[in-house]
Amino acid sequence: MSIRIDDEICTGCGSCVASCPYGGIEIINDKASITENCNLCGACVEACTVEAIILEREEFKIEKMDISQYKGVWVIAEHYKGKIHDVAFQLLGKGRELADKRKANLTLLILGADFDNQLEKISQYGQDEIIYVKSKILKDYYSDLYVKILAELIQEHKPEIVLIGATPTGRDFAPRVSKRLHAGLTADCTGLKIDEETGNLLQTRPTFGGHIMATIRTPNSRPQMATVRPGIFKIPEQVKKKVKTTMINYDFKEKDTVTKIVKIIAREKSRINLEEAEIIVAGGRGVGSKENFKIIRDLAEVLNAEVGGSRVAVELNWIEHDQQVGQTGKTVSPRLYIACGISGAIQHIVGMQGANLIVAINKDENAPIFKIAHYGIVGDLHKVIPELIKQIKRVRAEETI
Amino acid sequence: MAILIIFVCIKQVPGITEVRIDPKTNTLIREGIPSIMNPMDKNGVELALEIKEKHGGEIIALSMGPPQAEEVLREALAMGANKAYLLTDRVFAGADTLATSHTLALSIKKIIKESNEKKYIVICGTQAIDGDTAQVGPELAEELGIPQITYVQKFEMSGDKIKVERVFRTEEVVIIEANLPALISVLKEINTPKHPTMAGIVDAYDKKEVIHLDAKAVNADKSKIGLTGSQTEVWKIFVPERKGEHIKLSGTIEEISNELCQKLKEDKIF
Repeated sequence: MSIRIDDEICTGCGSCVASCPYGGIEIINDKASITENCNLCGACVEACTVEAIILEREEFKIEKMDISQYKGVWVIAEHYKGKIHDVAFQLLGKGRELADKRKANLTLLILGADFDNQLEKISQYGQDEIIYVKSKILKDYYSDLYVKILAELIQEHKPEIVLIGATPTGRDFAPRVSKRLHAGLTADCTGLKIDEETGNLLQTRPTFGGHIMATIRTPNSRPQMATVRPGIFKIPEQVKKKVKTTMINYDFKEKDTVTKIVKIIAREKSRINLEEAEIIVAGGRGVGSKENFKIIRDLAEVLNAEVGGSRVAVELNWIEHDQQVGQTGKTVSPRLYIACGISGAIQHIVGMQGANLIVAINKDENAPIFKIAHYGIVGDLHKVIPELIKQIKRVRAEETI
Repeated sequence: MAILIIFVCIKQVPGITEVRIDPKTNTLIREGIPSIMNPMDKNGVELALEIKEKHGGEIIALSMGPPQAEEVLREALAMGANKAYLLTDRVFAGADTLATSHTLALSIKKIIKESNEKKYIVICGTQAIDGDTAQVGPELAEELGIPQITYVQKFEMSGDKIKVERVFRTEEVVIIEANLPALISVLKEINTPKHPTMAGIVDAYDKKEVIHLDAKAVNADKSKIGLTGSQTEVWKIFVPERKGEHIKLSGTIEEISNELCQKLKEDKIF
């Protein structure tokens, strides 16, 4: 396994240098040269315009997997208090698209205890099939039982693609299943696409704190597994169609699991859930005082939004720690993020740049937040926000007439 | 009497809070970016120290990476780890999480075998700030055939039993028990890592050593390590394009507010 540059072909253009996130390639005497930082990720190979970079894998006598045996797209549902997590429905929407491209079935897997009465409702999200693994103990999440069941079912049914929500639960069992099956797994994807040429799943995910995106593929083995962030894909419109349902009963006992759930503790109700918020109004130093934060809350209220803030706002005790967005706080990806009096230090930006739409209100026209904001308003937030609230109320009122 | 071996897995990462994008070339500016110990791994080392203080044992810090990753292991030694091993070899490069966890598992198995100790715990940071996958921990647990508990924010141990608090979702935490050996991956909430003392730093360089292990030392099967042992591969890396344009709204406050409302309406915010 090695990487080398064909000096005869290399033009020294430097596009490889730009593509490398690790500083693993340099231009020396007008030719590309690999440094010791290289970790063989192969990004430069794709970036090279003249195919001068050669990445060779040593060929071992590994039994080549017959990937053509694998067919279908699976979505693994996660549930909480008897309700399927929305991310499963979001994945069914995307899964339908992938399955259609591959001319294959879309299957939803539920590992649970009490979904019999909900199956009809759950079956309306475009899937062709539901596999419902039923066992009393599966009311709760047990890492090892999920791994055991999923690994067995995947081995038996051989799906080509397996999609899982990138929640603490999904990110707990997915890697272990992938290891048991020796299947490739890509974490925390924000984009999924079928490569027209090869049929491979192209899995795009943010890396380096969201500064760069990497597209990952699993060319030589199946299934191709991916965890996907909640809130990335839309829940599809419900359709009535005939869905094949298979129920598998498992008689698991508590002794069948190596971990024991001692207690489940609900956290305080008032807990702010920024990660799942659709709209966030956030304030920073420019808000000025704890009292002034009321204006932020007022704007949040008319938009039915959550309130967040920068590190400064937390340090000055204007808001709670779990309202902090950024490197040392929450990473959020709402549909709309309104940054009020936030200058936009990189530590803040890494936490909110995943927002679909960013609006910034700031007095300083040179504030870095304007570089990433889709709509920037240079002005005093104490004057802009009250007017904005007024107008939003007016637009809302017009709609209801 | 059996002593407890406390393994802590550590990754050297770029300090990404200082990463900047060059606006002209749209690429990462790497110059001057320090390499640091992954923050949650530091919480892992701190937890190892707390466990050792209460229950005794030996802390072994492990890392896989290029030779310069030795720095983060020195830091772990300075914090109080007893031994450090660096898995370093060109053939380990290009590893995805499957190959990485395999390589780490080989070293843990080797150390356990040589020490004749059966009682151990493996501590990982839940995720690294560069790759952010959170996959190596669970994959390592699978390879070692031991229970895993991820996203841990509180930890207790008595005898062979551990009792931890796992963050399950925003509304819920779960208290879980398991028997050792086990692997846990910790969140930053679990503790506040202390800075190494001066004496600790001196010891880390004078009295302790970082043992380098190459593929041969851990008897690695080349088909299971590095790029060859990986199932996933990076196809493309790119700097995300900002969606749409960056529009500065201008006019009176009324005009600006009105325009923004229209834009939000177009974007179906309301």
